[in-house]
Amino acid sequence: MLSVNAIQTCYGPSQALFGVDLTVEAGELVALMGRNGMGKTTTIRTIFGLTPASAGEVQFAGQNITRLAPHRIARLGLGLVPEGRRCFTNLTVRENLLATANPGDWTQNRVEALFPRLAERRHQLALTLSGGEQQMLAIGRALMTNPRLLVLDEATEGLAPVIRQEIWKAIAILKEAGMSILLVDKTLNELLPRADRCLILEKGQSVWNGHPGELGDAVKDRYLGV
Amino acid sequence: MTSLDSTQQSRAKSRPLPAFTREQWVSLILLAGLALAASVAHFAGEPYFVDLASRIAIIALAGVGLNLALGFGGLVSFGHAAFFGLGGYTVSVGAFHAFNMTPILGIDFLPAGSDQMVPLWITAMSVCGVVAWLIGRISLGTSGVYFIMITLAFAQMIYYFAVSWPAYGGEDGLPIYIRNQFYGLDTTNSLVFFGLSFALLLLALGFCQRIMAARFGAALTMARLNPVRLATAGVEPRPIKQVAFVISGMITGLAGALYADLNGFVGPSMLSWHQSGEIMVIVILGGVGRLCGPLAGAILIVLMETFLGGLTEHWQFFLGLIILMVVLFAPGGVMGLLAGRARHA
Repeated sequence: MLSVNAIQTCYGPSQALFGVDLTVEAGELVALMGRNGMGKTTTIRTIFGLTPASAGEVQFAGQNITRLAPHRIARLGLGLVPEGRRCFTNLTVRENLLATANPGDWTQNRVEALFPRLAERRHQLALTLSGGEQQMLAIGRALMTNPRLLVLDEATEGLAPVIRQEIWKAIAILKEAGMSILLVDKTLNELLPRADRCLILEKGQSVWNGHPGELGDAVKDRYLGV
Repeated sequence: MTSLDSTQQSRAKSRPLPAFTREQWVSLILLAGLALAASVAHFAGEPYFVDLASRIAIIALAGVGLNLALGFGGLVSFGHAAFFGLGGYTVSVGAFHAFNMTPILGIDFLPAGSDQMVPLWITAMSVCGVVAWLIGRISLGTSGVYFIMITLAFAQMIYYFAVSWPAYGGEDGLPIYIRNQFYGLDTTNSLVFFGLSFALLLLALGFCQRIMAARFGAALTMARLNPVRLATAGVEPRPIKQVAFVISGMITGLAGALYADLNGFVGPSMLSWHQSGEIMVIVILGGVGRLCGPLAGAILIVLMETFLGGLTEHWQFFLGLIILMVVLFAPGGVMGLLAGRARHA
């Protein structure tokens, strides 16, 4: 579904990615891992056309999207939940959900069934939500665009353990419903049992790709610092 | 828009909101106060004060237009006098040809102007819409100070064009000898003219409120706050801003059309950058991004101009002080002081 081939990306004169390869098949949950500063977020920015690749190619649903504008990429069916639970805090929960919604399976009702807390807070400003609720809203907002592939960047970072469990539960429900998911996260013990495949980045390059069960302690120690 | 409407009904069922927010009360009081003041002045035989109320309503209308771009869309246009003046010139030129029974622009197959307000308003808004679309096309590729300069540059171009076109008065401007007609109404009656201006102000306010409550409004707010995040959700920010800019120019153009009829005159000063500045000051004083902010600003400015201007020639010095105070201590403007924090700020 999504295939990233040897992309190289630069921020001005400094190169951040030196050849990242990545694929996500339909219905798969792929974990993108690596320590801080290794290029995970840059890879996502490149996929979404926010920092276009200087070399390499990104393909989505058989189409080359390397040079497309971000809104066109998103319209093809890529949904992004950006790092740091980015909602529009001056809009209500409902406005956040509906402003960018596309017709499809994911409706406000279905998002509210997934995250009942959002239903209770429907008419509140996103500003008044807790961090966890804002994260749920950010996921809900991405779902309302009815993506074929959902990309979550650090979806559980900095959240209370209870809330984190709720988010993981929601991700499990999404996977069961057949959603393709690309996930960046640092909590390995939560991530590994759920992932179909893992990919590790080191200094802007893909260095390991495989099933989470094959991920030995040596690899973890070397690339993930655990 | 439809999906929002349907949930609006369920909202009314599930949790009855207070009928009026504080901001709505303040807005209602300002509107009612203006209408009341105009009526009282009329029946007290003071048409001068009725015209003053019309002036407030019209300048507020111009501000409502700019507020859509500046307040809700974050587009700091320093060229809205272009629309204000074009609206005025359209009416004035139409009336000029109707009066002389000559074809518009001297081109034979064009009609001979009109002295009816409604077609003149529609023409004025169409002209402003087209010009706003063109200016938006070019200037929306930029942001920040460049956007300010480009909008200013376009307004200045139109200003110098008007100054150097002798057929329509050039530097001296163009008078409207007889105020244009509105069906059977006596538009020369100050109160009738106020009523028309006030009704259009209400319409514009209602329209802005509707679109800001709809999906378009939420998307425009997103485009202002974080266009990149909006793009990653599959919505291109620029066309949204473009539409807001066009509507904004059309509303300000309508205000210009009324202003020309109020004064019985249109001159290049309506196109000057001072005029752009005045509309902007009204919006900022009243409260950027507040629905009735421009009305509050217009009331304040026109009253100061009239009463302070009667006391001292240097009233603008005090206006400057007030703007300074607002920027430093009340960034929400008059509406911020009266009605608290803005929801979409």
